[in-house]
Amino acid sequence: MDTPRDNSEMREQYRHKVGLAEMLKGGVIMDVTNDEQARIAEEAGAVAVMALERIPSDIRKLGGIARMSNPGMIEAIKNAVSIPVMAKVRIGHFAEAQILEALGVDFIDESEVLTPADNKNHVYKHDFKVPFVCGCRNLGEALRRIGEGAAMMRTKGEAGSGDVVEAVTHMREVTEGIRRLQMMRTDELMAEAKNLGAPYHVLVETAELGKLPVPNFAAGGIATPADAALMMQLGAETVFVGSGIFASEDPAPRAKAIVDAVTYHDDPAKLVEISMTLGEAMKGRAVNEMDESEKMAGRGW
Amino acid sequence: MVDRTGKPVGLLTLQGDYEKHRQAFAALGRRTFGVRRRAELELVSSLVIPGGESTTLTRLLDRAGLREPLLEFAASHPVMGTCAGLIMMARGTADEDESDFGVAPLGLLDCTVLRNGYGRQIDSFTAAVRLVDDPVDFPAVFIRAPRVVAVGPEVDVVARLGNEPVAVRQGHLLGLTFHPELTADLRLHQAFLRMVDEAGDHH
Repeated sequence: MDTPRDNSEMREQYRHKVGLAEMLKGGVIMDVTNDEQARIAEEAGAVAVMALERIPSDIRKLGGIARMSNPGMIEAIKNAVSIPVMAKVRIGHFAEAQILEALGVDFIDESEVLTPADNKNHVYKHDFKVPFVCGCRNLGEALRRIGEGAAMMRTKGEAGSGDVVEAVTHMREVTEGIRRLQMMRTDELMAEAKNLGAPYHVLVETAELGKLPVPNFAAGGIATPADAALMMQLGAETVFVGSGIFASEDPAPRAKAIVDAVTYHDDPAKLVEISMTLGEAMKGRAVNEMDESEKMAGRGW
Repeated sequence: MVDRTGKPVGLLTLQGDYEKHRQAFAALGRRTFGVRRRAELELVSSLVIPGGESTTLTRLLDRAGLREPLLEFAASHPVMGTCAGLIMMARGTADEDESDFGVAPLGLLDCTVLRNGYGRQIDSFTAAVRLVDDPVDFPAVFIRAPRVVAVGPEVDVVARLGNEPVAVRQGHLLGLTFHPELTADLRLHQAFLRMVDEAGDHH
């Protein structure tokens, strides 16, 4: 490949990618499967929508291979809303990513929710003009993805479960890892990079900043305003809600309530008001009762 | 610079990259305070409406009952909007299907903007823009940026890209189509603080 690997053009492009992620902070990104849901999401105040053929809870139920969505349905969603439109590619499937970039999506999620296309490698994301978000369970995984050019990180959580426990675990893992870095002497950072399997330069930058060098969002199992508020207080800068909205009893008010809960995440009185009149949340499945083979979070290397 | 009002710079913290603005003002030694509720407007000298999503900002602003209080505040206090913040300050948008997307600007600045005026995210770019009162260009980051397509007679152009206005000022109101909070160049934040200090002198 003859793509530039590290030059001023690439760095400037990367700044635009991270810049868009910055603009999404303090907002909610919602999974939608058609243009009608996309409009409901935009009306509720979503900062972006994730276009996909099936929400994760249905991917679980139906089984089979989950792939990039049909470009036609993504295009219909792009035409329906003015907010950024994201779409998912399989881990390592750079050809799917090329197609989505040519289609003009605003963000690509290289996602463990889809069936991985590569058992060793992720997409080299600096090759693309479009920004990528990737999931992580811990600091090492986050830093590897940033090293490959991810402009935004999110916890993996356990998508489609309606159970927030894994998102909490992954967020705490990442923040604890960063706190550990900050206590280290400079001469200990290389060994820590080795331990974590993380690129040294991104690790050093993270130690200096005291946070990931890209925005860090929460995803995977968030179903209620309280879940959103919890993740924000644990250090998430924005929240993804997948199945939590459109698998619930009454999606529009729930969508709006989760948007408000992110803005007022530190105000319990306001959260009471926001949560008061909501219908049933999605039923969900407890992650602790799942077989290892059912879990999506283990995908990614 | 001395904060003559004794009050911090307000940041509208409903949604967006307000944290980057906080860092920019902190680098200039100035305190900021987040505003999400009506009463909080009384605690600040001025207000920055950050970049973010203008549809989201519209929804959150109206649900918080902040529209009228913000109009009142802006009548006598400096306000700066960057990107989506400028869209919120504009008189109107030139989007063909504005009503579909439901962005309702505040109408503070007498200018019309076109949302996503340069295209989608892959069309985002950095360019040196010409400042009217400074010979050194400003490195401006445009992300899904709006374009100013019309300005009223009371509006002064502060910066241009080619011949097109990308920063405009009307009295104590300043609007930028780009993101000075994403670069290390703090001249535009300094310019806003001078406006804040001038206004403080009159209070």
